[in-house]
Amino acid sequence: MTVWWILDIVLLVVVVPVVIYLLNGVLTEARGIVPSVRRIGAAAAAGSADLDAVPLLLTTQDQVIRTIETAANYGGSLDVILDDASEE
Amino acid sequence: MPAPGVVLILTVVAIVLVLVFFLVSTIVALRQITKGLDEAIASVVEIIEKTAPVEEVVGTINQYLDAGVDLLEGLLVKKAGMRDAVGLVDGIYPGAAAAGFRNFPESTEITAPRISEVYTKGTLTLARLGREAPIAAASPIGGAVLRNVTGGSLAARSLYPEVRQTRPERLQRSPVIGTDSPVQYEPSDSPGVRRRLPGGTAVLDDPAPATPPPANAPDAQNDPEGEPGADTRPV
Repeated sequence: MTVWWILDIVLLVVVVPVVIYLLNGVLTEARGIVPSVRRIGAAAAAGSADLDAVPLLLTTQDQVIRTIETAANYGGSLDVILDDASEE
Repeated sequence: MPAPGVVLILTVVAIVLVLVFFLVSTIVALRQITKGLDEAIASVVEIIEKTAPVEEVVGTINQYLDAGVDLLEGLLVKKAGMRDAVGLVDGIYPGAAAAGFRNFPESTEITAPRISEVYTKGTLTLARLGREAPIAAASPIGGAVLRNVTGGSLAARSLYPEVRQTRPERLQRSPVIGTDSPVQYEPSDSPGVRRRLPGGTAVLDDPAPATPPPANAPDAQNDPEGEPGADTRPV
């Protein structure tokens, strides 16, 4: 009978607080992750929205190509018009 | 049932209830995490899809820009010479001479002439475009100046036919024309060429401003440039 009482006391004094402490820690950490995950989702959505202008890079590419081609034509003309620098 | 057994059972039931409460709460929190991660992953997938062609496009842009840099650097060094090219770039972008040209590693060893401290960018451009500019007399590019610096405005006449060069400095005023004009001009034989002008010399004759022209000679001071009968012989 005494053993049973000792077992009951150990269960109430040691096991139950430990179980409650551990489970409370897990729940607290799990709840702490939720806001972080929501912020990550919002940031990813905002980043995705910022990339909507990426197709404009194709326009930039075309403009760069045309600019360089114009510069090349102009440079070719200058190469013909101007004398080369004299050797020092 | 003995009392310790009842206490034990009540304790176990209490522990189970606590476990249920905390575990259910944890499950709810984990489900919220899963939902948030799903949304984040969806956005990340969008980012990946949107940025997929960026590398190719940016690579193409860089390729063309590299070609442009090669072209401009090569042209500048070829036309201005390495020393002046470094000086020009350093004049426009102070401190750029230290970096030198990308395709000319030896350009970093050149002491850039302080061109921009003496001349403006526009003057430098004229000086590099050709030796016609008066400033080219002081240009470090070398070579004889093609233009007469002291009489630069008259030197351009050498580009025109002889009549243009030797015409008098002061021409007569433009004649008054019309039926009521004080001087009536004879009609020309051919378009643009008059038989004579009152008090003038022949149009096609060489000008002789020192001596009075004959009465029947056309006026040499009449500018025939651009007319069909004008002297277009080269200089």
